[in-house]
Amino acid sequence: MAKRVGIEVSLAISEAVKQAKVDAIAAYPITPQTHIVEHLSELVADAELDAAFIPVESEHSAMSVCAGTAAAGARTYTATSSQGLALMNEILYIIPALRLPIVMTIANRALSGPISIWNDHSDIMGARDTGWIAIFAENGQEAYDLTLQSFKIAEDHRVLLPISVNIDGFTLSHVIEPHEFIDQQEVDAFLPEYKPAVQLNPDQPVSMGMVGIPEVYAEAKKCQDEVLKNSEAVVKEVFREFGEKFGRHYQVVESYRAEGAETLLLTMGSVSETAMEAIDRLQDVEKRSVGLVRLRLWRPFPSADLLKAVTGCKTLAVLDRAVSFGSPGGPVASEVRSTLYGVDGAPYIASFIAGLGGRDITIADFISIVDQAESMAESNENHQYKMIGVRE
Amino acid sequence: MIEVRVHGRGGQGGVTSAEMLAIAAINEGKFAQAFPSFGPERRGAPVIAFARVSEEKIRNRTKVYTPDVVLVLDPSVLSIVDVEEGLKADGMLVINSAKSIAELRREYGFKTDLARVDATHIALEELGLPITNTTMLGAAVKARPLVAVDSLVGPLEHRFGRIAAKNIRALKRAYEETEIDFI
Repeated sequence: MAKRVGIEVSLAISEAVKQAKVDAIAAYPITPQTHIVEHLSELVADAELDAAFIPVESEHSAMSVCAGTAAAGARTYTATSSQGLALMNEILYIIPALRLPIVMTIANRALSGPISIWNDHSDIMGARDTGWIAIFAENGQEAYDLTLQSFKIAEDHRVLLPISVNIDGFTLSHVIEPHEFIDQQEVDAFLPEYKPAVQLNPDQPVSMGMVGIPEVYAEAKKCQDEVLKNSEAVVKEVFREFGEKFGRHYQVVESYRAEGAETLLLTMGSVSETAMEAIDRLQDVEKRSVGLVRLRLWRPFPSADLLKAVTGCKTLAVLDRAVSFGSPGGPVASEVRSTLYGVDGAPYIASFIAGLGGRDITIADFISIVDQAESMAESNENHQYKMIGVRE
Repeated sequence: MIEVRVHGRGGQGGVTSAEMLAIAAINEGKFAQAFPSFGPERRGAPVIAFARVSEEKIRNRTKVYTPDVVLVLDPSVLSIVDVEEGLKADGMLVINSAKSIAELRREYGFKTDLARVDATHIALEELGLPITNTTMLGAAVKARPLVAVDSLVGPLEHRFGRIAAKNIRALKRAYEETEIDFI
């Protein structure tokens, strides 16, 4: 029987990692991720989890150790946030190139400066082009479910790529809420033991991380990009199997009351749940034709599913929670514009940035975003992006 | 949905109050959230924590701006923080104070329903420490039926281990001693 418990989301993620029976964890503490690995170190110390817990002196070392344990064939997990992810950056690029299926939780947090421990998506946007699969959870249950599914996705031999499960720092990581935990037996049946395709083994020596001379580098990169793009099909397959087994269904692009809506709001992460409340108010009280589309899969970017989800709407308001300095729009909005460019009947796309460094995005803010997007569409306003709630 | 804001000072366990409440509600089969105010929390500085309790799934993840219940763990914050801020007109203020309800109304001009208990006194007698987070939970659930008082026992036992028994005594004593003044 699945067990319903009130527990902090960070600890629910630790529980998923324990149930995934990881072999190795290397991590460095950083707010707001700390509770996850702190609890994992307790589980290892209490012999509830038979894994090597390797404390390190920095995130750069954490990811380097993960590269080593994963290359040796160990199911490997780590977690980080913000500056920690930034410090890992050099190694992040190497992991997918080596085809190492590491699972990492990112408790998303703003980047310095000014120093901020609070939530936005600056950290993952800085790691956007590192070649990792990136998925977003909207609540604690999803964080738990997606952590379990991530091992299965990453370790599939058609994939063999690292994956980051993004959870909003504090607004998810530090919240106590209900979770349903799956029985260990059922987890084991869903997630069998990791079988590496290639591993470091003194008896059968292989080399990993070789030099790519100009004659092979481009081919290596093309392969890597194709594998990442093809992983979308495996993500969907795993989502489907999980839904059939456990009754909680996931899509790479999710919709909420979006059918036939003239205006769509597009969000990513835990603000999506607050956005649903705004959509209910707009539809039920104000009788307006506004729906919600949420990106669950950020990398590889699910272009075809997104296109399908927004076809027919007139106005698309895209919410970003990071600034791409000097760019013509928020990072999500830029991808959406690129996906819809030249498509017949494509909607007007309005780009909004909000919720930086822990600033709340309230139901009233979402309604204001929709209002502004509709009036911008009306006048076909030429803009790059608008920042919500900023004092000038 | 009932929204709760807890006022205390860093180190008094206000976050724990919110957490115990949420876990008790979830154990009753309800839905709940509890979360800190995510500030740079310093021992002694005024801090807040939030909880939501509902019969249905909770989707709003913003801070609590218009609470139904405000819990004040430390009377010394009354003169420096507007504890009534955003409190709904039919809301309930639950205050740890040695002062009478009439005195509290006169001194601070509180207009809403008001509950008070001398939680510091109870905590000193039962715990030997002026830490009122568990004591004030007894007052909170007396003032508003957020959860059954007995539903808090399990979460307290789990969190406090060998010092749970005296916290449960403090909780139950506050439940008995809390006075409520409806407007």
